[in-house]
Amino acid sequence: MSAARAGGLLSGGRVGIGAALVLALGAAPFVLPPFQTIQLSYGLIFGIAALGFNLLLGYAGLLSFGHSAFFGVGAYSAAMLVKYAGVTSMEVFVLAGVFFSAVTAAVFGAVCVRYTRIFFSILMLALSQVLWSLALKLFWVTGGTDGLRVPTPALLGGQVAAAFGRAEDKVAFLSYRYYYYVLALFLICAAAMWVIVNSPFGKALQAIRDNETRAEFVGVEVRKCRWVALVVSGAFTGLAGTLWVPLNGLTTPDILYWPFSGKIVFFVVLGGFRTFLGPVLGAIVFNYLETYAIGFTVYWQMVLGVMLVLLVLTMPAGLMGTLAPLVARRRPEPG
Amino acid sequence: MPLLETTKVRKWFGATHAVDDVDFVVNPGELLGLIGSNGAGKTTLVNLISGLLRPDAGRIVFDGVDVTHQSVHERIREGIARSFQLVNLFDQMTALDNVALTIFARQGKTRRLAALADRDRAVLDEAMEVLQRFGLESKARMLAGGLAQGERKLLDVALAYALRPKLLFLDEPTSGVSTREKAPIMDIVTAIVRTGGITAVVIEHDMDVVFTYSDRIVAMHEGTILADGTPDEIRRNEQVTTTLIGTAVE
Repeated sequence: MSAARAGGLLSGGRVGIGAALVLALGAAPFVLPPFQTIQLSYGLIFGIAALGFNLLLGYAGLLSFGHSAFFGVGAYSAAMLVKYAGVTSMEVFVLAGVFFSAVTAAVFGAVCVRYTRIFFSILMLALSQVLWSLALKLFWVTGGTDGLRVPTPALLGGQVAAAFGRAEDKVAFLSYRYYYYVLALFLICAAAMWVIVNSPFGKALQAIRDNETRAEFVGVEVRKCRWVALVVSGAFTGLAGTLWVPLNGLTTPDILYWPFSGKIVFFVVLGGFRTFLGPVLGAIVFNYLETYAIGFTVYWQMVLGVMLVLLVLTMPAGLMGTLAPLVARRRPEPG
Repeated sequence: MPLLETTKVRKWFGATHAVDDVDFVVNPGELLGLIGSNGAGKTTLVNLISGLLRPDAGRIVFDGVDVTHQSVHERIREGIARSFQLVNLFDQMTALDNVALTIFARQGKTRRLAALADRDRAVLDEAMEVLQRFGLESKARMLAGGLAQGERKLLDVALAYALRPKLLFLDEPTSGVSTREKAPIMDIVTAIVRTGGITAVVIEHDMDVVFTYSDRIVAMHEGTILADGTPDEIRRNEQVTTTLIGTAVE
């Protein structure tokens, strides 16, 4: 953990690859059709959720089957602000989504973090399904199965629209302005999460994951660290839900239902939970696979399932966990 | 005043009386050897004092504070640290990271989310200093899981030492290492303990080690204390000789 090694974490090669990826993402609206840019927005949003989820799974060793709750709370926070307060500001949505999902995670954490393994997973699942049933049954508040609509929001207090000085259709908005909004928040989230996992707190989480008893005996406050990790994880996932709802235009109880939690688990497993960016790659790839499988056949769940099983069987370390060592091996030796 | 005093501490596992109303005292500055055959209750007693187990009855007072119902974390803050019989490290981290994490925890910095661990020079320097004391500086960048058994034993003790304890429990620090490695390990550990003014309790099966390095020895048998005295007194104690030592120590 020396300064030299810290420099190593941000080595020239990594910075170069990172800069190239950011440039490529920045150029996407100019080279891709709107449909593809919107798909990329979905992928980046799911990537934020996957980053949050992986703080628990990859770094703290806790498998949650209840993250749909935080995603849903983020989405419903925005939708309810529209319906009951007439708010259209995206920044207010983001603040509310992050706040309420963090509070939800704090409450879940108070119950769940004293448990680990399957007990933690099942408790998270059970609590998330309480929220799902509330969203379903309190239809006079939540719209029930019809859900709640979220129209095009105002970005940066309407300054973005004012700067352009002309109205544009929803597709153009989502594939251009909103895409950049999502990209900016994605980059902020990725940077923030990178700092968190490399902080003393992040090291403590990894210690808890690898050897909980010893972590306790070197003075790490195990439950407190787990609780904070769950709150941060919930806040990231809630932010993703808030960003997702204007893109989707509607939120329904489906995003609080357990299969959506399973989807988040799959993003992370598919990309590789032992790598930092693997979950993001998993989220983007999963979104594309799902989108194209739906367009390809009515039996898309079966096709998607078979594809995912094959991917997991052939790449047990996930896409990033498999590809990164191959890329490193192909890189020429210095000198 | 003793540094540690247990009064009628008890831990039963069903019909097994692992620790049975034990009164145990550790005085400041001493290096105490805790001996006994397998199942005598040595490790259970240490588990009760360090907080890994809760006693069924009795009282544990450390440095004037009743720690009987305190959490592990609170006892560490009071100054109780321990190493483990089976080496207990963070195998996926380097030796340096293992020690640095302990220092972060001691300083309360594991609550910090917005600072890079690798940039904390003071902690890294202190961690390297700890490794140097244990002769492990050349292994700093190696994963703990890749170290030799003797080095892992030393690193295990180093983690406990990095907490700057007042009382250090060393649970079989030389078990699983070759006979040739035992003396160097104990030399390093006892030198660090004595120069650091740390009170230490060494649990050991190897009687040569215990009798060579201890100021005082407590012998346990079937959950109770069989004898308590200097190495010479214990060596002459007939009960201990017949029950625990046999003819091994002349």
